[in-house]
Amino acid sequence: MYDAIIIGAGVIGAAVARELSRYQCSILVLEKGEDVCVGTSKANSALVHAGFDAKSGSMKAKYNVRGSLMMEELCRKLDVPYERNGALVLAFSQEETETLVRLKRQGEENGVKDLAILEKEQLGKKDPDLSKEAVAALYAPTAALVCPFLLTIALAENANVNGCEFLFEKEVTHIQKAGEGYEVKVSSPANPGRQESYLGKNIINCAGLYSDKLHNMVSKKSYQITPVKGEYCLLDKSEGTSVSSTLFKVPGKMGKGVLVTRTVHGNILLGPTAESISDKEETATSKEGLKRVLMDTKHTIPDLNTGMVITSFAGLRAHERNGDFIIGEAEDAPCFFDAIGIESPGLSAAPAIGMALAEMVAEKNNYPKKERFQEERKGITAFAALSPAEKEAIVKEKPAYGNMICRCEMITEGEILEAIHRPLGAKSLDGLKRRVRTGMGRCQGGFCTPRLVEILEREWGISKLLLTKTGGNSRLLTDENR
Amino acid sequence: MLQYDLVIIGGGPAGLAAADSAREMGVQSILILERENKLGGILNQCIHTGFGLHTFREELTGPEYAARYIDKIRQKEIEYKVSAMVIDITRDKQVTIMEKGTGLVTIQAKVIVLAMGCRERPRGALNIPGYRPAGIYSAGTAQYFVNIDGIMPGKEIVILGSGDIGLIMARRLTLEGAKVKCVAEIMPKSGGLQRNIVQCLEDFGIPLKLSHTVTYIHGKERIEGVTLSKVDANLEPVPGTEEFVPCDTLLLSVGLIPENELTRKLEVPMDEKTKGPVVTPEMETALPGVFACGNVVHVHDLVDHVSQEAKKAGENAARYILEEKT
Amino acid sequence: MTEKKELTCIKCPRGCGILVETEQGRIVSISGNQCKNGKEYAEKEVTAPTRVLTTTVKVLSGTEKVVAVKSKEEIPKEKLLPAMEQIKEITVEAPVILGETILEDLCGTGIPLVATACVTRKRDKTI
Repeated sequence: MYDAIIIGAGVIGAAVARELSRYQCSILVLEKGEDVCVGTSKANSALVHAGFDAKSGSMKAKYNVRGSLMMEELCRKLDVPYERNGALVLAFSQEETETLVRLKRQGEENGVKDLAILEKEQLGKKDPDLSKEAVAALYAPTAALVCPFLLTIALAENANVNGCEFLFEKEVTHIQKAGEGYEVKVSSPANPGRQESYLGKNIINCAGLYSDKLHNMVSKKSYQITPVKGEYCLLDKSEGTSVSSTLFKVPGKMGKGVLVTRTVHGNILLGPTAESISDKEETATSKEGLKRVLMDTKHTIPDLNTGMVITSFAGLRAHERNGDFIIGEAEDAPCFFDAIGIESPGLSAAPAIGMALAEMVAEKNNYPKKERFQEERKGITAFAALSPAEKEAIVKEKPAYGNMICRCEMITEGEILEAIHRPLGAKSLDGLKRRVRTGMGRCQGGFCTPRLVEILEREWGISKLLLTKTGGNSRLLTDENR
Repeated sequence: MLQYDLVIIGGGPAGLAAADSAREMGVQSILILERENKLGGILNQCIHTGFGLHTFREELTGPEYAARYIDKIRQKEIEYKVSAMVIDITRDKQVTIMEKGTGLVTIQAKVIVLAMGCRERPRGALNIPGYRPAGIYSAGTAQYFVNIDGIMPGKEIVILGSGDIGLIMARRLTLEGAKVKCVAEIMPKSGGLQRNIVQCLEDFGIPLKLSHTVTYIHGKERIEGVTLSKVDANLEPVPGTEEFVPCDTLLLSVGLIPENELTRKLEVPMDEKTKGPVVTPEMETALPGVFACGNVVHVHDLVDHVSQEAKKAGENAARYILEEKT
Repeated sequence: MTEKKELTCIKCPRGCGILVETEQGRIVSISGNQCKNGKEYAEKEVTAPTRVLTTTVKVLSGTEKVVAVKSKEEIPKEKLLPAMEQIKEITVEAPVILGETILEDLCGTGIPLVATACVTRKRDKTI
C-alpha cells in the first residue's frame, strides 16, 4: 500500500507530488496519458496572473495570489523559464474605466501589490503598438510569463528524484474504500482488457476535467465539471517584439476574454475563446473560434500581423458549476483530498495548491519531513541560449551537442538525448516538443520529424512503427515499404 | 579562424552551381557549407524524373542531377563541409558554423553566396480547424520518409494543395500501395505543372478537386478523416458543400517559402512578395559582396532555372573577388 | 468517323496541349505540339502509353537503407504497378554505384532497372 496516490500528472498533480515528496511517505502518481502535462496543463495562456481578477475571499483569489508570489522562486529552483513582464487590462470607454477601478480595489483586497491605473498618455509609452482607442488601463507589474510544460515537467522530475513513483497510461476507472485506505482500479489503454489495482492510504484527486467523476466515486457531495473550451493561435517569433506586457481587455461574463501575450520563448499567443461544451475530450478548434481570436486581437493591437500564425490549438478548462476551486479533504471521505475545478488561474495557483494539499496530507497522517530533500533541479541546457564560448565547451564535452537537429529552434541532438534519458523522459514526438521545443518552430517539424523519429527509435530500442505523436493510438507511421 | 575568398551557404543545386561557375571564373579559395550529411540538398529525396532538360538536354532524376554537379565539384577539388550548420553570420562576413564532430568553427569570407533554399509552409499557416492528431505531414516530410527511410506515413491519403511535391507524392504513394483519395486545391487552377497532373494524378485515376479545401480535421489520436468543402470566388467555404473523406494521413503541399533566417541577420532589405532578399540583376543583395541565388531568392518551378541563376551569382561573386584583388 | 483525343504532353515542363485525330485506331493528324518529342509522345500515348518508373530498392550493408532507382527506359504504363511488386521483393548489396544495373529485365519488359544514386558500404565496426 502506498501512503499516497496522486491521480493526474498535470501541473497540480506534479506540484502536489513534489511538495509531498518532502515528507517521509511513499507516493504513486497515476496518469492516464503517456506523459506528464498532457491535459488542461498543456493548453492554456501560460501566464502567472497577478490575482486581481478573482472575487475577494474566494479560493481562486487566495491561491492565485499565493501561487503568484511563490512562482518566481520555484522557477529559479527548478530552472524553469519565468519572466515578470507585467499585465495591462485595457479599457476602451469611460464605463470600462470604472470597472478598472473596481478591479484594482478587488486586487488590493486580494493582496496584489503595486496595482496602478495608467492614463492614456502613459499607455502609449508602455506599449507603443497597442490600440490608440484604449483610454486607460490597470497595470499589474507582478503578472508574469511561465512555460507550463517545463514547469510541470520540472515539478514531476523533481518529485521523481525525491522518490515519488510515476505510472503512465493508467486510467482510473474505480475508487473504493478498502480497509485503512482506498483501492484504485485502473485500466491501460495499451491492454484494455486488463485491470490492475493500487492501494493508497490517501488519495489526492488532481484529475482535472475528470476530478468530479473521481470525487463522486467516494463522496455523496457531488461536483460537476463542465469543460470550457478556449481556442488559441500562436504566432511566429518574428512577431514577438510587438508586445511586452500581457494585454487583457476588461473582463466580461465569460472570463477574461481574448488576451495578447508574449510567451517565455518569444512567440505571441492570442486567445482564448470561452465556450461551454459537453465532451471532455473535444480539444478541436473551430472556424468561428479561430476567427474570433484573430478579430478580437485586432482590437487590442491593430497592426499585429495575424498572418504569421504558426499553429492553433484548443484547451479545455475544468469549470466546476460553483465557479471556484475546491481544495481539501472531502467531507464524507476521510483521507480523500480534492483539487477540483482548477481552471484559470490554476497554473498561477499551482505552487500554492501543491503546498497546501501536501501539508494537509502530511498533517493528517503525521508524516515527518525527510532529512534530505533535493530541492533544486537543473533544466536541459538550451544550446541556442549559450554564449559562443559555452557552446564550444559543451560540444567538446558532449559531442551530441554538435549535431543540430531542429534548424528553426536550433536544437541539438544533445538536448534531445537529455529529454529522452532524464527521469520521466520523453517517449513521443510531443514529449520531445514539450521538453526541448523540437517541431515548435516555424517549420513545425517539417525537417526534423524524420530525424526525431530516428533518435527515438534508437534510444528507446523500439520500431519506428510503434512510435507515437502523443501516446495511445497516435502512431506516426504505418508500415515499412522496404 | 578559417579564411576563404568565397563561402557558399547551402550545398543544394544553387550552391553547387554557384561554386562551379565561380571556380570556372578562376576563384581558387571556395568553401561550400551544407547542413545535411551529403551534398545535393532536396534533390536527394526527389527520386522522380523531370530534372535537367534545359541544363543537360536529358531528363534526369533528382539524385542524378545532383550527381552531375557533385562530380564537377569533386573534379575541380572545390572544398566543402557537410553536417555543417551555419548558426551565425555577420555583416562583416564572418560565418559561424557548427560542424558535427568538430564543434564551432568561425570562417572569414570575402564574399558570401546565400543558397539556403526554401522550406514548406506548415499547417499553422492555414489554420485548419479541428483536432491535431498524428498523421499530418507536409508533402516533403512524407517524401523523406518514403524515399530515404523506406517507410510509409499511411495507407489512405488525402493531399491538400496541388503543388508539384504534392502531385509527385500522390503518384509515389500510389505506387507504394497506398490509396490516395484525392488532391484538394483551394484555387480554381492547380499550381503544379500540367505534366505532373497528367502523369501523377490522371495516370492513376486520382481526382483533383479544384476550388476545394479541408475545413475540418477529424480524429483525436491518429487522423480519421477530413471535411472537404467547396470554396467560392473569395476562397471562403460554401456552406452545404461539406463532404467527409475518411483517411489516415493528410499531406500538405501548400507552398514553399524561401528560408531566410540567416539573410535577416545580415539586415538586408527583403522583398515582401517573394520573401527573399532584394537582389540586383547580378544577384547581389544590398550588402556588397553578399550574393543570393536559387529558392532562397524566390521559389523556382524548375531546378534548371535555379542552376542558371546560381551560375550567374557564382560568376558575379567571382568578378567581385577578382576585381578586388587587382 | 474521326475520333479526337486531347492530350497534355509530359515530355517537358511546357506541357503542350496536343490534339490527336484517329480513324479506326489509325492516327490521321497530330496538332498542338511544339516539337518532335511531342509528336512521338502523342503517337505512343494513343497506341501504347509508356512511362519511366522511379522508386527505391532496399540496400543491404549500406550507409543508407534504400537506393533510388529507375527503369532505364520507359515501360508500358500498365506494367508500373506489377513492376513495383517485383521491386519490393529485391535487395541489393552495398556498395551501389549510380548507373549500376539492379535488375536486367524489369517485369518482363526487357528493360533494366538501374540505380540513380550511390550508396557506400557500411564499414564493419568489428574489424
